[in-house]
Amino acid sequence: MKRVNAVIVGAGAGGGVFAKELSTAGLSVVLLERGKWYTANDCRKDDLRNQRTTILGNAFGPEDEGNPRVTVDAKGVPHVVLASESAYQNDAACVGGGTLSWGAQAWRYMPQDFKMRSTYGVPAGSSLEDWPISYDDLEPFYEKAEYEIGISGDYSGTPFHGPRRRDLPMPPVMPNLEFSILEPAAKRLGLHPFHLPMARNSVPYNGRGPCMRCRWCVGFVCETDAKNGSQNTVIPVALNTGNCELRTECQVKEVLTDERGRARGVAYFDSNGHLQEQLADIVVVSGGATESARLLLNSKSRLFPNGLGNRYDLVGRNLQGHHYTGATGYFDYNTYDDAGPGASIAISDYNHGTPGLCGGGMLANEFIRLPIHTLNRLPPGTPRWGLGHKQAMRDWHRRTIAIMGPTQQIPTADARVTLDPSVRDKWGMPVVRISGNVHPHTFEIGEVQAKRAEAWLREAGAIHTSVGAHRPETVSAGQHQAGTCRMGDDPKGSVVNRDCQIHDVDNVFVIDSSVHVTNGGFNPALTIMAVAYYASAALVRNWKGTGFHS
Amino acid sequence: MQSSKNFLTRRRFVAVGALGGAAVAVACTSGRQGDWDFFSEAQARTLTAICDQIIPADDFPSASQTGVLTYIDKQLVRHFRRHQDAYRDGLENAEKISRKRFGREMAELSSPQQFEIVSALEQQYLDFFNLVRSHTLQGYYGSPRHGGNRNAVSWRMLGLDEPPLRGRAQYDLRKGTHS
Repeated sequence: MKRVNAVIVGAGAGGGVFAKELSTAGLSVVLLERGKWYTANDCRKDDLRNQRTTILGNAFGPEDEGNPRVTVDAKGVPHVVLASESAYQNDAACVGGGTLSWGAQAWRYMPQDFKMRSTYGVPAGSSLEDWPISYDDLEPFYEKAEYEIGISGDYSGTPFHGPRRRDLPMPPVMPNLEFSILEPAAKRLGLHPFHLPMARNSVPYNGRGPCMRCRWCVGFVCETDAKNGSQNTVIPVALNTGNCELRTECQVKEVLTDERGRARGVAYFDSNGHLQEQLADIVVVSGGATESARLLLNSKSRLFPNGLGNRYDLVGRNLQGHHYTGATGYFDYNTYDDAGPGASIAISDYNHGTPGLCGGGMLANEFIRLPIHTLNRLPPGTPRWGLGHKQAMRDWHRRTIAIMGPTQQIPTADARVTLDPSVRDKWGMPVVRISGNVHPHTFEIGEVQAKRAEAWLREAGAIHTSVGAHRPETVSAGQHQAGTCRMGDDPKGSVVNRDCQIHDVDNVFVIDSSVHVTNGGFNPALTIMAVAYYASAALVRNWKGTGFHS
Repeated sequence: MQSSKNFLTRRRFVAVGALGGAAVAVACTSGRQGDWDFFSEAQARTLTAICDQIIPADDFPSASQTGVLTYIDKQLVRHFRRHQDAYRDGLENAEKISRKRFGREMAELSSPQQFEIVSALEQQYLDFFNLVRSHTLQGYYGSPRHGGNRNAVSWRMLGLDEPPLRGRAQYDLRKGTHS
């Protein structure tokens, strides 16, 4: 196969942006994706089989068969889990990655989120650290992401965000009923509610139409293609350059290295199961925090006996996601207007600045509920079956509001991805083994956040509330997985440098949430994209005359 | 809120007129008789009795009346293959309890008697009960495409438009502005 400048492993948020930036700069690119390329025609509106509700399997990969993982519970007992089980910590396997079927919240982190160690110190037992780059370094690239991906929303209601040079390119999706109930309540509490940012067209943008406010949103591919991900924005641009070739259903086995310790390409199983090699000047690993770590750990050679970039046993550590807590409010009037996406109003008042807490998180109303979701939101004490349960569904489906938020996790080195010593996938490769947990202070913050969500619902007039603040026994790192190839200036304390190059193999880049030192109190996708734009700018700038060409 | 024990006050499922013509067919069938992918006829009778205690009929249909058994039966040879043994054993246990307590097959019992058996299942075989409960709720409230929730009857029950409203305008784009 023809040698190219760059082979990118994974066509998600990071890999898609990187492919676009490199190919428009004139580099030849092969983009490998283990999953398929779905389109708006694959929406299906299947309440039981999508990427959010996986009772009948993952709609957008990976399949249950042949893709096991192992998770180690709090007692140290390993369990083999299927891809559609929650313990698997899945994101997706498809062109677009998580951004195909996401809810599409597109947040910037706040300046403090990049300086967690200097802001709060290090809680005992945690691996809390600063990023080597700042919000200001990323700001132009956040803006580029917001305009190229297409973000709607309105930050004008809140002072709690970093400096911005430009407003979002689209106005917010029109408020739903929950917005109009929650906004005055938040203001009465002295909070600063606003229209949360979403990668969703509220008006025609980028050649596609606006959201039609349907019920099947998060977890589904958008039927009208109004939801923006890498699959309908940057990847088509990359392909249109003529410099980028996308190969789907290709599972990368390992990064190949030469006798001098530099990468020379990747070996992968193509859609027919045949082992292929794609040689390239640089290799870009963009499989998400769990699969990227697995790929590097599986890339063993004489010079790298513990895997690529793993000289100091750091690859796979500091696995994190978000600790979701919140509250459900029950009202004596209708709060449901059947208008997606549902999530519409947020506050960032509680992300930072509470004495005694290392951070916090954003709080927002939840996405529109399908009836299958209401089953898990009925008031405590509801009969589990019979006419009482049936009546409760009728009583509460349209009179419930949930407020949840992604509490920023305090990472530990023990929450990690390793290779399972015995379980293999259908290609014979060792699978991801997930063990450990984030720092327990995370759960204290989450409990405070849940009480705050409850207070907001009470102020809005909820007649009953129930608080959802659990203490999970293992790390929760599914759709928001991050941290396993930490970015840093010290080669002994991090896996990649500030340009996302592996410290000791300078032609291998990690471009996804793996490099996040901490994960903010916000959904991470826009930051993945901003870092991809930032790192690709450095690479393109340095491309001519560097040693990458061989 | 009604208790699940109020079976005697339950309105029977007779108000089919209120549901529109499409639902009349629902009321007349309770599964593809003699045409199961997994269940025997006897197993299907037992499961019908259990599911209809979990979601009984009132002015909206019961679980089996909307095709919940079809949903479970189809998935037991597809995504739920790993639960086949649990269903075989669980339904056999239900019949054992029925014959021991009442000397008859569960499907022949009165509704109060069936309620007693499902309560016993919840007491003695909680894993199986939880499995059937989850599958019944999924079939009843999930997508009609999988065989349950025929004609989206549970969604209508919850007051949802079916078919849903489409393509609502947000901004008046004819004005050439965004607001």
